[in-house]
Amino acid sequence: MDDATVVKTINESLATEFEIDLERMVPEAHLIEDLEFDSLDFVDMVVVLQKAFGVKLRNEPKVREIRLLGDLHKLILEKKRELEQQQSES
Amino acid sequence: MGAVSPFGVGVPVLWESLLRGDTAVSVCEMLQAMEGMRTHVAALVPEIDARSIDRKKRRYMSNMSIYATVAAREACAAAGLDESVLASPRTGVCVGSTTGSTQETEEFFESFVLERSLDWMKSTHFFKIMNHSCASNLAQALGVRGRVLAPSAACATGTVAAGTAAEVIALGRQDVMVCGGADELHPLTVAVFDTLEASSTGYNERADETPRPFDRDRDGIVCGEGAGIVVLENMEHAMSRGADILGEVRGFALSNSPESVAHPSVSSMASCLRLALEDAEVAADAVDYVNAHATATLHGDVAEACAIAEAIGDACPVSSLKGHLAHTMAASGVLELIATLRMMRENVVIPTRNLTNIDKKCAAVELPVEPRSAELSCIVKNSFALGGVNSTLVVCKGAYDG
Repeated sequence: MDDATVVKTINESLATEFEIDLERMVPEAHLIEDLEFDSLDFVDMVVVLQKAFGVKLRNEPKVREIRLLGDLHKLILEKKRELEQQQSES
Repeated sequence: MGAVSPFGVGVPVLWESLLRGDTAVSVCEMLQAMEGMRTHVAALVPEIDARSIDRKKRRYMSNMSIYATVAAREACAAAGLDESVLASPRTGVCVGSTTGSTQETEEFFESFVLERSLDWMKSTHFFKIMNHSCASNLAQALGVRGRVLAPSAACATGTVAAGTAAEVIALGRQDVMVCGGADELHPLTVAVFDTLEASSTGYNERADETPRPFDRDRDGIVCGEGAGIVVLENMEHAMSRGADILGEVRGFALSNSPESVAHPSVSSMASCLRLALEDAEVAADAVDYVNAHATATLHGDVAEACAIAEAIGDACPVSSLKGHLAHTMAASGVLELIATLRMMRENVVIPTRNLTNIDKKCAAVELPVEPRSAELSCIVKNSFALGGVNSTLVVCKGAYDG
């Protein structure tokens, strides 16, 4: 999966789960102030992303630092690269 | 009054369908797909658009809460309850279901049992499986600040909720209660009756001919789903704001049959009927109509007919709406009460659908097979439930002094 597809998958899966227009899913969107996420949405966001990418994020401390949608894109891309590295080493 | 029934959303579609003698029963693929399930018919609510409920309220809702909320909005609008009344600490909610959402429980355990992991648990799971999920979700959606009660008495839940709400108001604790019952169909519900040999299994090819309350050829329950909600209000409170008063809850009785969790008891049912009439201070011969629980089981219909004959007599007409609606479980008591309130307003008795040949064992009461004009000033609504619960409401026209 290339980076653009990862970003598209994140945007589409969150837009569907939280009923947000895709046009609002821009990197500079603040999850709380612009997309109206609350603490429960953050919990469910993790579950949705785990399902979409088959990765475990529930105990990932960096999830708590996410403010902007772009931060989330970066985190998931970082996790993807980590996984790819682990796979190439093994 | 507000209804989400297997006929669709709203009291008008419920009433018009009943008047026409329609059935909401059809073959259900979900049941056909289950190994060992003998009954393949059910009465499901047609798909409804729930997006009018804000996402942050709706995310805690399984179908039963959605049905309850849609029905409650209709009931509150019809009752003319504005936001200030709903937000008063003197307004409460009393709504129950048989259980929390079985579908949601199934989804949680699907991953939990396989992985023993909480990785897939969403924040909203618990709010859909609580015993008071319907009441709590509805109170949140309506912005209610008063009491939140969630009586659960399986198939009698609706009338138990309405009776309990009436008592809360009579005690002076609340002025207004939004009350009723709701359920969503899961194969487990149907399997319970199938296992107890109480479900209809002989009409899978002729879904429109079952269930058949009081009929010689009845063979059991058909399960359904939905929500029935009514607004109960202190009479002075209702009159002072000029509300359209559809009826007055005059009596309520709730009792248990310790003889059996599943087998109906004539003496217990009759006793419940007598207690309700005593509570209402209404004489047996003043009852104009009985809306029966009658689900079309072999024993239940006979026991109820005998109990009505014993406590009320053989003169007043009795019918069951399960032939049209099937058994909508926790929703049934108030959905059928709503239909009965419309019968009172229109002065017509809706007969039991599929009642072609009256079972002689049920013939101790008057069972109309055609719609009948009748002045209905005082009605009785019965509900009975697995576990031994008997519940009876007595409702009179607002200005009734009989």
